[in-house]
Amino acid sequence: MSTLTVSPSPHIHSKDSTMSLMRDVVIALVPAVICSFVFYGWREILLMLVSVASCVCLEWAVTKYMLKQPSTIGDLSAVVTGILLGLNLPYSTPLWVVFIGAVVAICVAKLTFGGIGQNIWNPALVGRVFLLVSFPTYMTTWGAPQGVVDAVSGPTPLGAIQEGLMQGASVQDIMAEHGYSYSSMLFANLGGSAGEVCALALLAGFVYLCVRKVIKPWITLSIFATVAVTALIFWGINPARFTDPLFNLLSGGLILGACFMATDYVTSPMSVWGGVVFGIGIGFLTMMIRYFGSYPEGVSFAILIMNSVVPLLNMWFKQKKFGRK
Amino acid sequence: MSKHTFSIGGVHPHDSKISRECAIEKLPLAPTVYIQLSQHIGAPAKPVVAVGDKVKVGQVIAEPGGFVSAFIHSSVSGTVKSIAPRADLAGNPQMCIEIAVEGDDWADGIDTSDTLITDIPEDNKAIIEKIRLGGVVGLGGATFPTHVKLSPPPGSKCDRVIINGCECEPYLTSDFRTLLEKGEQVVVGAAILRQVMGNVPCTIAIEENKPEAIAHINEVIGKLGYKGIDVMPMKMRYPQGGEKQLIDAVMHRQVGSGALPISVGAVVQNVATALAVYDAVQKNKPIVDNSVTVTGECFPRQANLLVRVGTPLRYIIDYLGGVPENAVKVISGGPMMGRAVANLDAATLKGTGALLFLTAEQTLRAPETNCIRCGKCADACPMGLEPFLLNRLAKADKLEDLEKNAVQDCIECGCCLYSCPAHIPLLDNIRMAKGAVLGAIRARAAAKK
Repeated sequence: MSTLTVSPSPHIHSKDSTMSLMRDVVIALVPAVICSFVFYGWREILLMLVSVASCVCLEWAVTKYMLKQPSTIGDLSAVVTGILLGLNLPYSTPLWVVFIGAVVAICVAKLTFGGIGQNIWNPALVGRVFLLVSFPTYMTTWGAPQGVVDAVSGPTPLGAIQEGLMQGASVQDIMAEHGYSYSSMLFANLGGSAGEVCALALLAGFVYLCVRKVIKPWITLSIFATVAVTALIFWGINPARFTDPLFNLLSGGLILGACFMATDYVTSPMSVWGGVVFGIGIGFLTMMIRYFGSYPEGVSFAILIMNSVVPLLNMWFKQKKFGRK
Repeated sequence: MSKHTFSIGGVHPHDSKISRECAIEKLPLAPTVYIQLSQHIGAPAKPVVAVGDKVKVGQVIAEPGGFVSAFIHSSVSGTVKSIAPRADLAGNPQMCIEIAVEGDDWADGIDTSDTLITDIPEDNKAIIEKIRLGGVVGLGGATFPTHVKLSPPPGSKCDRVIINGCECEPYLTSDFRTLLEKGEQVVVGAAILRQVMGNVPCTIAIEENKPEAIAHINEVIGKLGYKGIDVMPMKMRYPQGGEKQLIDAVMHRQVGSGALPISVGAVVQNVATALAVYDAVQKNKPIVDNSVTVTGECFPRQANLLVRVGTPLRYIIDYLGGVPENAVKVISGGPMMGRAVANLDAATLKGTGALLFLTAEQTLRAPETNCIRCGKCADACPMGLEPFLLNRLAKADKLEDLEKNAVQDCIECGCCLYSCPAHIPLLDNIRMAKGAVLGAIRARAAAKK
């Protein structure tokens, strides 16, 4: 002891840091990454590596050479963006397309706004939607699987349903024709991007994040509940035209979106009730796009739209203050 | 598991009570003590002794400087050497009475025996006067004069006295040891307090990490046969010992913004205060000493010491082996709300409850990074505030918006800064904003007149 440090209280810290929280998110995504490898093989791992490496390198290069600021790659948020972007793409996406997605996600959606914490929209989703509207062919082509188990190639269930409905078939006929069952959807051997096919692995990651108190479950549960209720109403009215609640919960990017994208700290509301309303908005918009939109899948758009109103939700839904009305 | 706890926010730091097995031991007398004239909330006391006077232990050396003020007694016997400003633990000059210690000669009328006196005087006015004469102040941290708290404004009614034995700050164990070793005295003190407030029920709140204390106090209450006093085990959670949080936890009533606990019928006193009340009323013994936890993983010898008021910190630390090499911070109080000591030559006050030594790894803050809007600060705030928002408003100097967002309600518990993963100095900025807003409110009030 030579000199005493004097600073205001508190003098201890929980030891949580942005890095430790992001590390937990990465850990939570590991089951889904393993799962996608099992179904799609080394090509999927290559895509994931390119996605993560592009995100991290771009963030490092832009902060160092353009913004001339201390590097923020140590907080692992670029790694999370990279993994999420990778999980959102078909495994056969050309690697240069993956790189463009990373440029949009990191450089446009994240760093232009001031880096971590400042962005309005979820970077990985902005990247994905940019690719979806720019390269629709790559983004909806599902090449032959190369994984260790025999995965089914072909359209995603949502894509098949929309296709079939346009040709005048009923939902039941289309499902029977493709042999969709709930267990196959839960254990993932249907067509889709990696993040769409490993429901159980994604849910395991979600439970891990909740147990570690990294996220609170309200946003996710609110999305699931809204999707289920909306689907129940429409399906109840016309089961030949509209898909049922369980199908909607298990298909597409809903689980990935609800568990990992909508719960992104930066782009979701702070309070519990704000989160619930945010979730209701995402669930409802998702179902509207799925039922009535021209895209078969709407989770990405729904989350991005609701991201835009987060500042309002933060203003409207505040927690109750102690001893005040 | 008990469910009693407050309703909003809070954090769960490791309790780190490594000195819990150390029985309270008497610290030998220091050669010189320095007794500060302002060691309570309110006006400083006025000295009534002169340089060269001989004083005894427990003799009044300073009188209250106003209604909200307190008597100060000599904690030692000896000769008054000086009455002059001296640097306190933050380094600010404070008027102190310096007394050179000679022997240990107690003033007349003080019962220094260990005999337990359970018969409580009937005259409540006389009891409050004895508490006032004993210089009793709240020893839980705020050091508010106790006789003022026990004289609620007319029209207000007390429904329950709460004895705060939560000791929710990590590391601190002096209240725990007091409950174990002086449980009878604390319970009699509680009985006195409930009688003074009109024979209302009394709850002694103790957190679950102190099961021995809960069992012991239950046993003591049974043995003494007191009715109307019960022990409530509380779930472990910081800041349970905050006055507003404890009232919420025990009585399910929330004290309004800017209001006093008595507005919801509650009076809260700390365990050490209950003991001081017992001493003052039953033994005529004013506050001349208090128990101080000296602790920290890096500190060689953990201890709970009975220390005379005005003992230099350096004397206490040297008695236990000196400041460890790897300690970078010495804290007076707990790690969440205690104050960092800048001057080890400062002396203890009535309200000094602990000296804590922390290493660089334990206490130095990581560099601030971008807010990631995780909302952990808002989840942790026990007052339901939004620290991230207050921080931003504070930086932009938006006093009106700060006031609208209830910055004055902040109790400075530190939960926001403790839980922030971006290491943003939330409380530092909010604390400064609070001062500025208070200034603005006062200026507005003055302009109205």
